[in-house]
Amino acid sequence: MATTEEIRAQLAELVNEVAGVPVEDVQLDKSFVDDLDVDSLAMVEILVGCEEKFGVTIPDEESKNLKTVGDAVAYVEAHS
Amino acid sequence: MTEIVITGIGATTPLGGDLSSTWANLLAGKSGVVRLTDEWFAELPVQIAAVAAVDPSERIDRVKARRLDRSTQLALVAAEEAWTDAGFDWETGADSQVDPETLLVSLASGIGGLHSLLNNWDAQRDKGYRRVSPFTIPMLMANAPASNVGIQIHAKAGIHTPVSACASSNEAISLAIDQLRLGRAEVAVVGGTEATIHPLPLAAFGQMQALSRRNDEPERASRPWDRGRDGFVMGEGSAVMVIETLEHALARGAKIYGTLAGSGISADSHDIVQPDPSGGGQSSAMRKALKNAGLTPADINHVNAHGTSTPQGDVTEAGSIRAALGADADHAVVTSTKSMTGHLLGGAGALETVATVMALHDRMVPPTINLEDPEPDLGIDIAANVARPLPDGDLAALNNSFGFGGANVAVVVTNANQTR
Repeated sequence: MATTEEIRAQLAELVNEVAGVPVEDVQLDKSFVDDLDVDSLAMVEILVGCEEKFGVTIPDEESKNLKTVGDAVAYVEAHS
Repeated sequence: MTEIVITGIGATTPLGGDLSSTWANLLAGKSGVVRLTDEWFAELPVQIAAVAAVDPSERIDRVKARRLDRSTQLALVAAEEAWTDAGFDWETGADSQVDPETLLVSLASGIGGLHSLLNNWDAQRDKGYRRVSPFTIPMLMANAPASNVGIQIHAKAGIHTPVSACASSNEAISLAIDQLRLGRAEVAVVGGTEATIHPLPLAAFGQMQALSRRNDEPERASRPWDRGRDGFVMGEGSAVMVIETLEHALARGAKIYGTLAGSGISADSHDIVQPDPSGGGQSSAMRKALKNAGLTPADINHVNAHGTSTPQGDVTEAGSIRAALGADADHAVVTSTKSMTGHLLGGAGALETVATVMALHDRMVPPTINLEDPEPDLGIDIAANVARPLPDGDLAALNNSFGFGGANVAVVVTNANQTR
């Protein structure tokens, strides 16, 4: 089982690849939209990337609840 | 009538990643056609194409590039060169020399974001719908190249993408001429782009018997008017010009390459793919263009022909040029730069208008290469195999583009107002 930090680090790589956000900026308390300037289409790509990377399923209706990096990491931890 | 001048040019083509390398190789008679080596081409009857000399993704920020179809990437590279060449700032886009409300984009693609469409279908079919990129639609839509250029430079007078197959970007130029003359804009970014070198279009055009199968001699495959021609060679790339009213250009002291003097459009309304064999629609477009420009056949020194290297098309066009210009065709130097660049489909009109502008500017017509055994009795004077100088004094030229669906568009270029 990956640690919280390992999941955060892998997610940070994904956010960097999709949206160009520096990996060190992708911290648990950061909001994807407000802090990291990730737009809605890039967010879809990031969540699909999470599904591939972590073997989870993120239904569309769940995705709107994942506002911060911490939300996404917690979802992965709970569902993988 | 409002005069419209060309003040910036950019190109990324099979002959080079910018205008200067493209133009030097056009004059030198270099071929940009290569053998395709990816294994998925191996079973196709057509395994040659004119691939862009510089991969556009190398020139665009990585994160931005993954949201853009190759056709849009090519257009952005050419547009940046043209915009910068005109003396404007690309990075900020906003430029105090141009009021966004008077700036429009008219930039065409014949087919659109083909790679994005097909790659995402591959992903959906193989891995399920969740693997389809949310950027698929804004990547594949035909107006994506024009819109991405418009967003970058803050064009607010309209963003247009006329689609008429291989006449598309000549139509885009024609549309912009009209808009500037109507006073709807003062500056326009015009051009075309295409990126369709993929097994599907090569198979599909191949099934039409439209493409050359000279796989073992790629550089000799595109040979307009040569008796050994066996079809066109698909090319990819983009060419873009900044054009503006003469008044606007003079007010800001812009350098001027030449004048877009007019355009003419006709429709064959004959067949979905074959040109009207009488050439009547083609010569009608040329006559309308001359009238629109206030010129006569006697004024024309040069014609950049559509000249795709197809058995019927080349002969039909020679006849239509002769019909439009009459005996004055004797002093018009005709060429087909597709002999070197291949056929950029929706990007062809723009690239060839650029070649026409540069030919008048430098008084040198690029050659039609591979013209070793010309069709007899064509009735036109072709710059066979070596570049041909143009005389001193006033110069005028036509650039022809014809598209599936029967679209014919001729653009008239002159060297009037050229200040250097």
